[in-house]
Amino acid sequence: MIAISNLMGPSKEGKGSARWAKAGQWLFLGAIFFYLYAPIAVLVVNSFNQSKYGHNWKGFTWKWYEKLLNNQNLMDAFWHSIAIGLLAATFATLLGTLMAYALYRYNFTLKRVTSGMLFVVMMSPDIVLAITFLVIFMALGIHLGFWSLLIAHITFCLPFVVITVYARLNDFDGNLIEAARDLGASEARTFFTVVMPMSMPAIVSGWLLSFTLSLDDVIVSSFVTGPSYEILPIRVFSMVRVGVSPEVNALATGLLILSVVLVVVAQLILRKGKSQ
Amino acid sequence: MAKTLMQFRQVSLKFDTQEILTGFDLDIKDGEFFTLLGPSGCGKTTVLRLIAGFEQPDEGQILLDGHNIAEQLAEHRPINTVFQSYALFPHLSVFDNVAFGLKMSRTPSTEIKPRVMEALEMVRLAEFADRKPAQLSGGQKQRVAIARAVVNRPRLLLLDESLSALDYKLRQQMQIELKHLQRQLGITFVYVTHDQEEALSMSDRILVMNHGQAQQVGAPRDIYESPANEFVARFIGEINIFDARIEQVVSIDEQQGRYLAYFDQGNMTREIVSETRFEAGDKVKVMLRPEDLRIEFLEDAPEKPGFIGEVQERNYKGKTLDSQIKLKDGQLILASEFFNENEPDFDYKLNQKVWIDWVHGWEHVIKADLL
Ligand SMILES: Nc1ncnc2c1ncn2[C@@H]1O[C@H](COP(=O)(O)OP(=O)(O)OP(=O)(O)O)[C@@H](O)[C@H]1O
Ligand SMILES: [Mg+2]
Repeated sequence: MIAISNLMGPSKEGKGSARWAKAGQWLFLGAIFFYLYAPIAVLVVNSFNQSKYGHNWKGFTWKWYEKLLNNQNLMDAFWHSIAIGLLAATFATLLGTLMAYALYRYNFTLKRVTSGMLFVVMMSPDIVLAITFLVIFMALGIHLGFWSLLIAHITFCLPFVVITVYARLNDFDGNLIEAARDLGASEARTFFTVVMPMSMPAIVSGWLLSFTLSLDDVIVSSFVTGPSYEILPIRVFSMVRVGVSPEVNALATGLLILSVVLVVVAQLILRKGKSQ
Repeated sequence: MAKTLMQFRQVSLKFDTQEILTGFDLDIKDGEFFTLLGPSGCGKTTVLRLIAGFEQPDEGQILLDGHNIAEQLAEHRPINTVFQSYALFPHLSVFDNVAFGLKMSRTPSTEIKPRVMEALEMVRLAEFADRKPAQLSGGQKQRVAIARAVVNRPRLLLLDESLSALDYKLRQQMQIELKHLQRQLGITFVYVTHDQEEALSMSDRILVMNHGQAQQVGAPRDIYESPANEFVARFIGEINIFDARIEQVVSIDEQQGRYLAYFDQGNMTREIVSETRFEAGDKVKVMLRPEDLRIEFLEDAPEKPGFIGEVQERNYKGKTLDSQIKLKDGQLILASEFFNENEPDFDYKLNQKVWIDWVHGWEHVIKADLL
């Protein structure tokens, strides 16, 4: 958004050509927005469409939403996803924040190896991670279900939290931690009174990022969970293989609203962080 | 003489393989304004960090009141630091920044408020108590940093180039305020700077260091007037240094000796005085501050011993007129004279031939092998 609005800044050419340039910019911007949002708009509109196939408008209805709420399997999968997302995001944030702080604060021998491994987890294709997890869980005899899913999600969320928080810590004045120690704060109190409050925006965005990643992961999840604990993306995936039901449109609209709320919350928190 | 508060005994510190301090000794008296002065990278900040407890020495002892505190954690030392970057906590208000140390030492909350306000009033920032650091100017931030440190009533207050970020005017003002604070509180200040003027005007004693080694410790006046070696002489202001050889010892009494010295420069022999004992044949360096020199036009001067040169450059400095003069063998010297408004012809023309003398007895002489 910021990059786009910069495009619209004042241009140095004469008045006439400036007007044309401006028109061109609006056109360009319009095309981008159309490309990005038209499919979403169609989806949202269709979730209220009487017509089952969505080729044309047959009148407004809530019935797909009713059907969605009555579809026990789908709702179960939805709540499972939310639960896994909340837990995975929270644990990944706790672990990741401590890890970022350790990487920032201490010079230990395996520091480079540790941060390198995080990047490996982050960069490796989902399918590789998925197979790795599967092999490990089988080897350890862990039943595929809630726990295997949670562990896998925490793992792939972790590097994103570490990197977000670490970047924030690196922006700090390095003397702040020493200043706290100088004024009599122990290591632990320094962490809770200075480091934590100051990295809060990064911690929150790390959590939100993890939650989103967990919520829409299909590949890793489909390998590491079993029928005992089905989650939303997998459920939807198996549903749409038979044909897109308008319930799915309703579900997607619901998720869309949820993610818009999350984005707004994240922005508010980040803005508050910046104004400090 | 006040008693010793802080002492380094043969302290050594390495970063990786680089030796930063080697066998470093330090002696800070209770209640004094002590300044560490030296060029960039000489180890000033490192010394402060050792005192504060952010670094541990590889060897040697750090004594506070005679007790070794080398192993003590920073949070347990009765020492506070004013960081060069201020290091104010951005998420806390000015009040909470200043209250931080008191809260950590579990001071009763009824006592915290009056003490914080007292500290803020001392730096004249009481009305800014509710602001966040981001809403303060550089000078105000600095004063908060000072208040945050002194409110804990430390034994030692460490200040790392605390004024270097300020503009000239504010800096002068803060210098006076700091000095005033130090007298008022009776706290020992250890101040780091690479600004020699600042060091001279504020300190009770100065330690000049270079490459992790102490070059000279003494009162500002001693350091300025009797530098121990060429490094100190050149670092503390401008100085002109001439090579000479002692030809004859004229007389020696308790305080000083009189000698006849031969200067290659100008091919002349002159009498010099020094507190140091020399023998005939010693090679010496004669040091003269720019303000010790006297200049005359060569036309009006009769032939007499002295240095002869040409005026290269003149800088009007308000109170003084500084001239750069090139001697016959190419050595450049700097002379500084008080500007006299009653004498408008005082100005020299460029390339004007001049004769240079100095006020007899104002020279500072050291042995050449000390350099
Ligand atoms: N953490 C570190 N690791 C390695 N070398 C360091 C470290 N900190 C400082 N040094 C080196 O130690 C030497 C002394 O540094 P120090 O910061 O004490 O200098 P300084 O006198 O304070 O300089 P300045 O006036 O520029 O602040 C320098 O050569 C510097 O490169
Ligand atoms: Mg320094």
